[in-house]
Amino acid sequence: MALVVLLLVGLLLTGGAYALFTQTSSAKADTASSSDIEEGKKLFAANCATCHGLNAEGSKAGPGLIGVGAAAVDFQVGTGRMPLQANGPQARVKEPQFDDEQTAQLAAYVASLGPGPSIPEEEYLDASKGDPAAGGGLFRTNCAMCHNVVGAGGALTRGKYAPNLSEVSEKHLYEAMQTGPQNMPIFNDANLTPDDKRDVIAYVREVSENPSPGGFKLGSLGPVAEGLFIWFFGLAAVIGMTVWLSSRSK
Amino acid sequence: MSTTQPTTAIGKAAHFTETRVGASVLVREFGRKIFPSHWSFMLGEVALYSFVIVILSGTFLTFFFHPAMGELHYEGPWAPLRGVEISEAYNSTLAISFEIRGGLFIRQMHHWGALLFVAALSIHMLRVFFTGAFRRPRELNWVVGVLLVIMGMAAGFTGYSLPDDLLSGNGLRIIDGIIKSLPLVGTYISYFLFGGEFPGIDIVSRLYTLHIMIVPALLIALIGIHLVFVVVHKHTQYPGAGNTEKNVVGEPVLPTFAAKGGGFFFLIFGLISLISALFTINPIWNYGPYDPSPVSAGTQPDWYIGWADGFLRIVPGWLEFYIAGWPISLNINSAVLVMGGVFGAMFIYPFFESWLLKDKREHHILDRPRNNPTRTAIGVAGIIFYCNMWAAASGDIIAVFFQMSLNDMIYIFRILFFVGPVIGYIITKRMCIALQRKDREIALHGRETANIIRLPHGEFLERHEALPPHKLWKLTAFESPSYIPAEPNAEGKITGLEKFRARLSRFFFEDRVAPVTKQELEASHHDHDSVEGDDHKQIGH
Repeated sequence: MALVVLLLVGLLLTGGAYALFTQTSSAKADTASSSDIEEGKKLFAANCATCHGLNAEGSKAGPGLIGVGAAAVDFQVGTGRMPLQANGPQARVKEPQFDDEQTAQLAAYVASLGPGPSIPEEEYLDASKGDPAAGGGLFRTNCAMCHNVVGAGGALTRGKYAPNLSEVSEKHLYEAMQTGPQNMPIFNDANLTPDDKRDVIAYVREVSENPSPGGFKLGSLGPVAEGLFIWFFGLAAVIGMTVWLSSRSK
Repeated sequence: MSTTQPTTAIGKAAHFTETRVGASVLVREFGRKIFPSHWSFMLGEVALYSFVIVILSGTFLTFFFHPAMGELHYEGPWAPLRGVEISEAYNSTLAISFEIRGGLFIRQMHHWGALLFVAALSIHMLRVFFTGAFRRPRELNWVVGVLLVIMGMAAGFTGYSLPDDLLSGNGLRIIDGIIKSLPLVGTYISYFLFGGEFPGIDIVSRLYTLHIMIVPALLIALIGIHLVFVVVHKHTQYPGAGNTEKNVVGEPVLPTFAAKGGGFFFLIFGLISLISALFTINPIWNYGPYDPSPVSAGTQPDWYIGWADGFLRIVPGWLEFYIAGWPISLNINSAVLVMGGVFGAMFIYPFFESWLLKDKREHHILDRPRNNPTRTAIGVAGIIFYCNMWAAASGDIIAVFFQMSLNDMIYIFRILFFVGPVIGYIITKRMCIALQRKDREIALHGRETANIIRLPHGEFLERHEALPPHKLWKLTAFESPSYIPAEPNAEGKITGLEKFRARLSRFFFEDRVAPVTKQELEASHHDHDSVEGDDHKQIGH
């Protein structure tokens, strides 16, 4: 029995220390007031606890949220993904259910439960300070296989998908990289530094806001959209012409 | 010279030409060729005209494209790539797009034109198939047509791979994989083609030679043969009053057909220009330079290679196995088998049908698709087989758009791969037979006019109107292929092959609707006369 307890203590210590050391790089001093935390706790109990547990310890219906940090809450609630609209392979974006203040209160409460990534600082969200070319290289290597080269989105297995990025705000882009929401992997600061993340954001902004040099983009979906277009519009126009030309001869 | 000499300038020029090259023969022979007018006969023209546009725009592109894979740092105007290490080929394609005046427009014309070229080829080929225009004497021209489709795909694929962007490199990687999956010779061919380990530094210049010289030369040669055959064989025509196996009813090349064709060329030119001016195609600046590690979501080939890509997406991985330590990669190289099978079936179909029906006669009158239910059903089965693989290539995009599971999509495509063509065959055949029955009904009893009349004794009847003769001709003048039992050969023996042919013949042609005969037609009119008496000649039942 003593051996088991000793092992458990040892595992908890090493695991805890590991979690602490890997998270400290992004954990920030808690600036939220205690009233925010109190309000957040109420909102949490009313809207989130059914799945995530009364103390955010998690349940069969949803993961525990201790240590996910304010960034994860800000992303999930701020984009409307949480509270979950319906069960499915993946939470879909919808109109956010909470306003900015409520979202901040929820984030403060969850952040108070354990150290985790906090909401990113403004300087890393300024796309104009990033290098879109460097970001493009990072994007093609790390993001394009799911999100498509210009972030038009793509399919994952069993109904999951990588969403289109053109309308996503800088803050949410950063938080998504930081916290790995849904089926996305986590790109922590050791993997992609805050500067790298800013470059990626600069690239996404550049390609989604640049006017398309070649005309209408057809969804930036590549050859499938182009093929559909030539068959359903190009060839339809051609057949219309042939019918027109041959009808005049009578 | 006993004839009078020309006096006018044009006359002198004409005389000069005539006495040296004999141009009048050309004008007399070719100028009087008759082409029937029907919209479906113009689809091949569309392919020809878009090919001309592709050649013209492609020539422009060769002036500025550098088919080399040396590395440099991009210094052009496209910010998201500035400073990135890219190849000369990619750099020059970006320069064509952003720095050469009109370059992007011409590039888009070249690419849209190429897509339209293969699309027009395809529906032209479907028209020829479903109307039976491949029958004797045109079997060889059908074979030339299939070669044109293959060359069109080759031209497209070699061009798709030239810009050396991420998308084209991904496509080449799949080709490399297919080549390497070939038993014994695969790795050697791959190393030979790429000049070493993939991707190497030679492939773009090698594909360039294929793309701008060898493949277009073959295409032009095949198109030449194709058109000469059309002139030699004369054009086919649809069944109709006055159209026989011995004449061609239509318009002469000079002046009508040539003028119309010339105008049509400019319409197609205008359409491709309009599309190219308004719609982006292959935005290579989005894809970035080729690097063997990343693959973007939504990476697909151009549409005409899609079916092969789709097959690779649905083929199960367990088809790869080992025999005595040697890998047999059927999960990859079965794509080659399927493509070979499809083109092989297309090549032999005219000969197969002629053998099956023991039909060695010449055919210049086309079939209405319903009047050959078997052929039409086989064609539809082929279309479904093709389109299922084609759709499978975009399974990921379909899954996202319709909120489906990608895995389920793959299962559906796998099932349809086997079941789809069979269902398509059965439904199409039944539909054709039903349409033939309807035609038969109309031919015998006339058209329903929706005029209800009441007879003196109270009975209601709908007035049926007999068809005018030219419409009746269209509904009745056709051949319905029928089951031919096994027949002994010259030595009086029934060979095994002949028995097999008979079995196939029974399977394909047992169910048929015979054309209305003259006797039946007369009998039906006679019935009406006798039953309805004097003043209700056109009343049917």
